[in-house]
Amino acid sequence: MAASDTGSKIQGARPSFAPWADPAARPLLRLDAVSKRFGEVIAVDRLSLDIYEREFFALLGPSGCGKTTLLRMLAGFEQPSEGRILLDGQDIAGVPPHRRPLNMMFQNYALFPHLTVEGNIAFGLQQEALSKSEIATRVREMLALVKLEGFGARRPHQLSGGQCQRVALARALAKRPRVFLLDEPLAALDRKLREDTRFELMELQHKLGLTFVVVTHDQEEAMAVADRIGVMNRGQLAQVATPSEIYEQPNSRWVADFIGDVNLIEGRVVSCGLGQIVIECMAGGRLLVAHPADVALGTAVGVALRPEKVQIEAQRPLATDENCFAGRVAEVGYLGGLSIYRVKLDNGAEMKATAANRTRLIERPIGWDDRVWLSWPAEAGLVLTR
Amino acid sequence: MTDADRQVDSQVDSQVDSQVNSQVNSRRAAGRRARGRRLIALIPALWLVVFFLVPFLIVLRISLSQTVIAQPPYLPLLDLSAGWQGLRDFVAGLSFDSYRLLASDGLYATFYLRSLAIAALSTLLLLLIGYPLAYGIARVPRRLQPVLVMAVFLPFLTAFLIRIYAWINILQREGLLNDALMALGLVRQPLVWLSTDTAIIIGIVYSYLPFMVLPLYASLEKMDETLLEAAADLGCPRWKAFWLVTAPLSTPGVAAGALLCFIPIAGEYVIPDLLGGSGAQMIGQTLWTEFFQNKDWPVASAVAVALLVALLAPILIYQHLQARALEGR
Repeated sequence: MAASDTGSKIQGARPSFAPWADPAARPLLRLDAVSKRFGEVIAVDRLSLDIYEREFFALLGPSGCGKTTLLRMLAGFEQPSEGRILLDGQDIAGVPPHRRPLNMMFQNYALFPHLTVEGNIAFGLQQEALSKSEIATRVREMLALVKLEGFGARRPHQLSGGQCQRVALARALAKRPRVFLLDEPLAALDRKLREDTRFELMELQHKLGLTFVVVTHDQEEAMAVADRIGVMNRGQLAQVATPSEIYEQPNSRWVADFIGDVNLIEGRVVSCGLGQIVIECMAGGRLLVAHPADVALGTAVGVALRPEKVQIEAQRPLATDENCFAGRVAEVGYLGGLSIYRVKLDNGAEMKATAANRTRLIERPIGWDDRVWLSWPAEAGLVLTR
Repeated sequence: MTDADRQVDSQVDSQVDSQVNSQVNSRRAAGRRARGRRLIALIPALWLVVFFLVPFLIVLRISLSQTVIAQPPYLPLLDLSAGWQGLRDFVAGLSFDSYRLLASDGLYATFYLRSLAIAALSTLLLLLIGYPLAYGIARVPRRLQPVLVMAVFLPFLTAFLIRIYAWINILQREGLLNDALMALGLVRQPLVWLSTDTAIIIGIVYSYLPFMVLPLYASLEKMDETLLEAAADLGCPRWKAFWLVTAPLSTPGVAAGALLCFIPIAGEYVIPDLLGGSGAQMIGQTLWTEFFQNKDWPVASAVAVALLVALLAPILIYQHLQARALEGR
């Protein structure tokens, strides 16, 4: 893989690729008010979503949010209680799994233990009207694609976890699915391998030009691989947007809190104008936040502030008057490259700030119980009304 | 070096010491564990020697003897007091006469073949009945499964002989089976069931069913349901997935069940004796006749040894399959 490829992708590139922003674009897969109930439990609640050709879409949410149920409905293992699932404009609700042009990679890979790697990859092809030589060619292509040449005759139990994952990939991709569904594709791998495999997944998707829908509870994974993320909560989509939008402009307190680390400051709007609003915090003190739209005075709002956007200093900063709070360090979490400071403010609230450890540990100026000042520009905060 | 330094040093030393000690200790413990494991392996080995190998050698030795009217009813006897000469006389006295008889008299071969044929047919029927049963049990909700497995074993709470006698009652001329068939208008005259091969096979299939169901259930129950979903996802309809996924993955269970039934059925004595006719025999009955009617211990022993050799083939096949299944895990 060329390093430049991944580099550009990480920065949320493929800037030209945004079919969801184009009103003329027709979605490949459309979920139309889909619900799924198991007895009293509502797993998926009137969910609507469009997924476009060649998109890498991630369904992200805590366990039990209904994301796996949604994926299983796409694969055909569950039938929606209500609503329609359209593929190329055709309702596929009644189509059994073995007739759907979607393929799934299972979380536990579900490789057939009695078949060799080749047998596993060929399994899906043997269900189609393909000649032996065609199947053999396709299997060879797939083995090359996932870099498992020479492993064809092995059985799954003779492979490592990472190799099993590639076989599962190859087996599903051999079917050339219209939509490739991946259920927690990297969850079973260890951290280092997971990061490498992420890039390989992205490369595969790019190379094959397929549509990927991946279900994950790992937000880092979703952020790294996806064109768009659908954040799911209690059977509904809380927000659907690009990774950077999800992170920088969460649409609700819940999304802000679920994605990454955040300080949520509750308060009431006391003045607004000139693209800025002033908020009286519940705990005391005032915040200045940049916000383009007007908000009615007195509205209860939350301000989301990412810890890395908070400046932490041992001296009172001279330049800033606004958004500057004094406090005492209650806890320091050393993460190697970063340190997380939990600061008890004088007004009683708690805030987190992160700072990159640019110097060696010994020279680090701020430690436990130190008096510190937290400050941030007006643009750092985000006003949330939901 | 200051005192404090020295203290630190000695502390470090003692730490290192204790580490080395603990390593040595753990190595010793590992050695003990390995020895313990070998000792545990001795238990089944000892069991096999005492309850299989020694009795088998006794039977083998009797099968190579000659029958005489005496106590015990065979020769030669090993006279240990005569020393080497006694041993030489003993070996010289052994012969293959009993085996020659088995080979020359076609009747024995007929009985062997009959036994193997009945065992094969019964095993096939057991598989045909047992597989759907085990499959069904493995598919019901998990909390119901132990109840159903228990139900399969429930008849075992009644004595074996009583259950076979009950079958005599069912299968006789004025029995329940004929009554039922006539009540349903399927036959006009009572049929002869008792003392036929059909009766033997019915009795065998009834008695051995749990031994077929249990290993099949064990292998079907642990099968990963997502494999069938994966098959469906890859374009394979449900009925085909059974043949391509479920069936091959349950072969260890099929092999275990088949052997667990086939081997004892081939040597079955009580069921054919009670339900079968007097003319046609299975090899178990032949053995009984040789021992208790003809009092010919050597021929009876030879019959037993030959049966064991005949059954060795399926056992070896089973071993091979087992080894492959273990490898697959």
